[in-house]
This record gives sequence, structure tokens and C-alpha cells, in this order.
Amino acid sequence: MITNRIIPCLDVNEGRVVKGVNFVQLRDAGDPVEVAKKYDEQGADELVFLDITASHEGRDITLDMVKRVAEECFMPFTVGGGIRTIDDVTRLIQAGAEKVSINTAAVVNPKIVEQTARRFGRCATVVNIDPKRVPMEELRARCTNTDSPVESQLKPGYGFEIHTHGGRKPVGLDPVAFAKYVVELGAGEIILTSMDGDGTKDGYDIEITKLIGDAVNVPVVASGGCGSPEHMRQVLTETRADAALAASIFHYGEYTIQETKEYLAKAGLPMRMMPADPLTV
Amino acid sequence: MSRIGIIDYHMGNLRSVQKAFEFIGADAVILHRSEDVESVDKLVLPGVGSFADAMKFLNQMGWIEPIRKHIEAGKPFLGICLGMQLIFEGSEEEATPGEIVPGLGILPGKVVRFNENMGDGGLLKVPQMGWNAIHWDRNDPLFDGLEQDSHVYFVHSYHVQPTETAETPISSARADYGGEFTATVWKGNVWATQFHPEKSQRIGLRILKNFAAI
Repeated sequence: MITNRIIPCLDVNEGRVVKGVNFVQLRDAGDPVEVAKKYDEQGADELVFLDITASHEGRDITLDMVKRVAEECFMPFTVGGGIRTIDDVTRLIQAGAEKVSINTAAVVNPKIVEQTARRFGRCATVVNIDPKRVPMEELRARCTNTDSPVESQLKPGYGFEIHTHGGRKPVGLDPVAFAKYVVELGAGEIILTSMDGDGTKDGYDIEITKLIGDAVNVPVVASGGCGSPEHMRQVLTETRADAALAASIFHYGEYTIQETKEYLAKAGLPMRMMPADPLTV
Repeated sequence: MSRIGIIDYHMGNLRSVQKAFEFIGADAVILHRSEDVESVDKLVLPGVGSFADAMKFLNQMGWIEPIRKHIEAGKPFLGICLGMQLIFEGSEEEATPGEIVPGLGILPGKVVRFNENMGDGGLLKVPQMGWNAIHWDRNDPLFDGLEQDSHVYFVHSYHVQPTETAETPISSARADYGGEFTATVWKGNVWATQFHPEKSQRIGLRILKNFAAI
């Protein structure tokens, strides 16, 4: 049986991990390879690197980092952030990322999703969707991809709209219709980050995760709002999410991956626990 | 020590496969020209992407005959992910319904898509993405030193369906994803894994070490 994945997300700037990593034993908490290895030892099932590098030159450093992670850490990882063209995708895959996560570019130019899937397969093609609740009348006025955008049951009078630029820019797209559309184009996985939940640590946005999980038949990674292993249990049992992504609870050492997975396993969720090391047997 | 050659045919990054072999102390080189197959003792065919594209590149770059010769000579061969699917007779991927896109035909059987309808009304997500347990029913040397039901990393929408009987087995381990499917095959000097050993952490490294030690 396939296990639910627990995924730490790392923000990377010019090839360095920048957001709050405080593993005490690390010589250099900013080195992505060392951070990846640390999470690997703890039992992380996958890693997501989110590149926040602004400059052009900086992106070459990112490629170099991806190469090092691929060559030194024998675990799966996804790279997202700043992908604009199919050439950006190609460079990342050639550097060794097995999945790329496309965010703004998928909104601006959905063709990139199709091109990525065509060239590197559906399995390498991930789309990030970042919805946020906005008043229904605003949403209806802006929405271009459906005549009947979904209204929130939790917050009546509000509906969901995809945002870019870290939740600042509404783009007039209903996330449910958009998720179906990108899956048709070739997305093999959706990373769903609720902009209402992001940074709150109040728990994942169950409502939108449920809506997206029911709408598409590819793996969905829940993201945004995780403050505890219990939040992961909720989203993994109450929605069709396959994986739970978190940043701060791991980075600041509030919970280790291992204790998180022990908690979830005890709650009955399928988890990959760390085996005895077969290389030393 | 034996030398392992990894076939480069423009279907994905091969450095992580090479690095994984190097990590366990094996001598692994990436082969860019088909004539170099003769210089190695073991051959690895990795690959991600579409079946038809892969066959096209294998053809154009002249890999098919050298691969066949290597296997016919009884030398060890390992297919990984798409590289596993390619050694079968053909795949349903991008094929006209009822037909298959021809593969290398080294092992009998074909490649099929996971069925999304699970029968109980439930829907199976395709692709399968993540860690799944493999269970073996043959003493495949690839699993030396591993515990039964170890987790390995899968990313795929298609899987092989070998033509086999109890007397002439081809599958060596299975995993469960909406029903059992073949996770590894082993016939004579030919091995293949649907999962990615180079992405399966210590378990995967041990599998590569076992292949290197054959």
C-alpha cells in the first residue's frame, strides 16, 4: 500500500536555504545538501525546494545547487519558484530535479504545463495552485474560467480565487476549474497552498483541499497552515490529499519528521518508517 | 571489479544513477555511444518520459543491437522505471486502442496503464507517486540484506504485465496499488525495477549494491 508522504519545504535564495533552519548539529544550516541529508536521515519522504532568487545570475547558482542535491542525496525532490519557460524546466530537470513545480507560469501561459508533460512526462509535471477566499461579487466580476465559481461553505459570501505573487495578486481563476484544466494539460501532481492558511499554523484549509482533491484524480499535496502533526492527520484523513507539506514546524525544530510520522502511524495512517540501515547489515 | 555502463539516450538525468553506484563503491560510467557497450560488464537502462520517444531515441542512436548482444552474451542487465517497461514487447502508452507501441521484446508481456476505476466505486490516483512496499516471492539476489516489505520510491502511470507461469516466472516482487502489480522482474541475467532505486535512499542503494555484486 502506498504511504502518505511528509514533505518539508525549503526556501532557497541563490543556492542557500534561507528560511529558518535550525538543526543544531549542522555545520552550516544554509547548505541545501546538508539540510536535505538531515531531513533524509529523519525520514522525510520527499523535499520541495522553493527558489525565491530574484536575479538572473542567481538562478545559475540554483541550478548548481539542484545538481549537488541530486548527486549527493538519493531521495526524491521537487523544485519550484521562478519557472517561466520550458527552457527553465529543461535546465532544472537536466540538473537532476525529478519534478518541477510550475506556479505563476501555469496561470500566465498554461501551455508550459502541456510542454513539460510532453517532454518530461506527467510524473515530472507539478502545478502549484494558491487559492485565497475573496468576496463572491469580486470573484464573479473577475472570474474567467467558469460561470459558477465555488462559494465557500465555511465563509458564506466568499469564494476561492487563485492568487500569485505570494497571495497578493488575484488572477480571476477558480481553483477547482483550473485544477481540472491543468490535469487535462498534463499535470501529474498538484501542490495546493491555501493563502488563507499559509503562515497561520492554524491547520490546513480542509475545505479547499477537499474540493480540489475531489475534483482531480492525481496526487494532491496539501500545503499552508500546518502547526502540528495533528493538522497533518486532519488533512490526510478528511480530504483526498496524499501528502502533507510543512515548513516552520520542521525548520524550527518544533517537531522532527520522525515523531510526526510516529504520531500519524499511531493514528492509523500509512507511513514509511525508517528501517534498519541495509548498507551496514 | 566489474564495470557498469549507464545508457544515455536523452531520456532523463543519469547522474544520480551514476552517483548512487559510485556511493556504494561501484565503477559506473555513462555511455554516450552505442559502441561503448562492449567496454562494460553490466548494463543499466534508466529513463523517464514517454515510451514512444524512448524507443525512437534507442533506435536512432543505435542502442538496440548492442543491448541485445549484451543480454544474449549472458551479461547482467538492469532496467529502471521506463527502462524496465522498454524491455517488454510493447506499451499501451500513446498506442491506438487495442494495439501497442513496440518495445525491445526481451521479455514477454506488455505495459499497461493503471486502471483508475477500482471496482468498489473508488478512484485510483494516476500516476502513483510515492513510497510503496515491495513483497518478493522469489529469492532474487537484488533483495539480499533487505527486509520483506521495504519501501521504495515509485513515480509512474504505467506498469508491466509479464506473460508468465508458475514454472517460468518473470516477476520477482510485487507491490499493491489498487491491486497487485509487478514491481521488479528477474529472468536469468535480466533484472528490472519499476521504482527508482537511485531515489529510494538506503534501501535503493542496497539494491544497486546487490546488482553491482552479481
